[in-house]
Amino acid sequence: MDLAAVVVYEILYTVAFLTLISAGLAIVFGMMRVINLAHGEFVLLGGYAAIVSHNTLGIDIFVSMLIVSPLVVAAFGVIAERLIIRFLYGRLINTMLATWGLSLAMIGGFTLIFGTTTTSIKAPFGGFEVGEFSLSGYNIFIIASAVGVILLIFGVLKFTRAGLIARGAMQDAGVASSFGYDTSKVYMVTFAAGSALTGLAGGVLAPLVGIGPTAGSLYIAKAFITVISGGASVVSGLIASSGFFGFVSQFVTFVTNSVVGEIGLLVAAVILLRLLPTGISGRFFRNRL
Amino acid sequence: MTARQTLTAVIVAAIVMFVLPVFFDVLNLTTFAAYALLALSLGFVWGYGGILCFGQTAFYGLGAYVYAMTAINTGEAWSGVFLAIVIPAAFAAVLGAMMFYGRLSDVYLAVVTLVVSLILFRFMNTTAGEQYIIGKARMGGYNGIPGYPTLHIPGDPEAYIYDENLYYFTFIVLVLCYLLTRWLLGSPFGRILVGLRENEQRIELLGYDVRARKTAAFAFGGALAGLAGCLYANAAEIVTPELFGLGLAAEIIIWVIVGGAGTLIGPMIGAAVLGYLKFVLGLRAIKEIFGKDNPLEAPLVFGTILILFILFLPRGVAPTVQGWLSRAPLGRGGPARGGQRRRTRTERARPNA
Repeated sequence: MDLAAVVVYEILYTVAFLTLISAGLAIVFGMMRVINLAHGEFVLLGGYAAIVSHNTLGIDIFVSMLIVSPLVVAAFGVIAERLIIRFLYGRLINTMLATWGLSLAMIGGFTLIFGTTTTSIKAPFGGFEVGEFSLSGYNIFIIASAVGVILLIFGVLKFTRAGLIARGAMQDAGVASSFGYDTSKVYMVTFAAGSALTGLAGGVLAPLVGIGPTAGSLYIAKAFITVISGGASVVSGLIASSGFFGFVSQFVTFVTNSVVGEIGLLVAAVILLRLLPTGISGRFFRNRL
Repeated sequence: MTARQTLTAVIVAAIVMFVLPVFFDVLNLTTFAAYALLALSLGFVWGYGGILCFGQTAFYGLGAYVYAMTAINTGEAWSGVFLAIVIPAAFAAVLGAMMFYGRLSDVYLAVVTLVVSLILFRFMNTTAGEQYIIGKARMGGYNGIPGYPTLHIPGDPEAYIYDENLYYFTFIVLVLCYLLTRWLLGSPFGRILVGLRENEQRIELLGYDVRARKTAAFAFGGALAGLAGCLYANAAEIVTPELFGLGLAAEIIIWVIVGGAGTLIGPMIGAAVLGYLKFVLGLRAIKEIFGKDNPLEAPLVFGTILILFILFLPRGVAPTVQGWLSRAPLGRGGPARGGQRRRTRTERARPNA
């Protein structure tokens, strides 16, 4: 019984982890059809921002993770969007390639600024016990953050005027601009919002994972396949695919070991895309949020 | 491709082959020639087949590993060379069939190919234990496989081909592969492939089996990449999981973008020039890109190059130069109606351009 609880807890944590690292990418891909291959480095930037702000500047850890990280990455996202990505809208492949370039450049930049060593911050919560197993209390915070992020995205897109305008502009930029909305600005704000969520992920994950210049590749592959497998619907696709992959990966990890679990996740992605070439939401939740 | 063009290509290649060692170290040149073959494979698959493969490293690394393991098991090189071509090609055929018969395209194709090379990367990194032995070859996990027999004169496993001779061998293989690819593109198969890149639906409506052709093209690309991996393995004398890594995957894309997708010569030159650039930046070995103790300016430089090319010269150097050349008064075809942009597109569609 305890073991079952532990496994469920681990699965929930993995699902939350995937949701967090994919949310920003899902917004940018789902709404703008832009794949940001520098996503992993955006996560790292969020992590670095939290670490610097907490360790060096002495700002409270929750403020660092939940406010400083998203703001820093959003600002960086705006710069990247204005300088690079806005010239490439509608050219999916070129955006991918340019952001891959950005990813490499950021790796180089991180190395120059922070060195090659892996840094981290201390988690603000201790562990707790379930029977004979000890679990990380911080994982509950991660799960709560993921739920919060999903609710936030859904709420903003569904119930606010800004969300409505954003959805309208993504659906038909021409119509939106003939109503007087500046679509270029809408794209910029949407990209900034996606970046902010990515930064948030980096911030809250910083205590759990080592942040080093090349660690971004760990996130990009997972976020990338979660989003692509989810398909174009931001919220339902994200929930469905992180749920699926989180379950598969943890289940395989439980049966074998964590490396096979990772490989299992990747293999599941390849098979899933073969069966559902437009992603889960392309098949089951078409035209929903 | 006419006999005269072939002859010209061979003469130019021969001159280049003998001039380069005067200026550069032969070991580097051998590596760059292997890179160029790898770039040729992606240039073919992407530039002509329109298949954006982010995981060409999968076949490259597979070629290198298959060569190393076969050479250890048999004690001689040529069976390794043979398998290093056949196995990646077969793997590419299976993977390609899975993707193309599933009608995956664009991003999805990119994801699947990238993920496959990541799977291999992860797997090879974990093969350190005793249970991962194929015949006499230990797979060595993170450390890779060192100490396998390298190329030798057929029938005499003691007469190794090394240093300058290995460079000449690699270069000649590269030229032969280039000619083979050009011949293939001039054949009906190649013509259909290029048509398919331009408009897949139209080719399909003309009654050609698009999926089978894409799969065949992908397998051919896999064979070239596997051979490139095998040649690299002979130059480097060690194979490591980094051959499957994300870093190299990005670099191949950069070579092809900078050189110019849609030509064959462009990606090859791009690979050699950027390979040399990386060497100059103090990063000779691929594994050092993401290594621990180096200043790592190379990613910054390469990333910036990629961004700048996508923004300002997305067609790459070679097609742009060709565009200038075809604007010359004696260029074939005369003035095109659609202006410069349209003409270079037509040029690009000609495999021999």
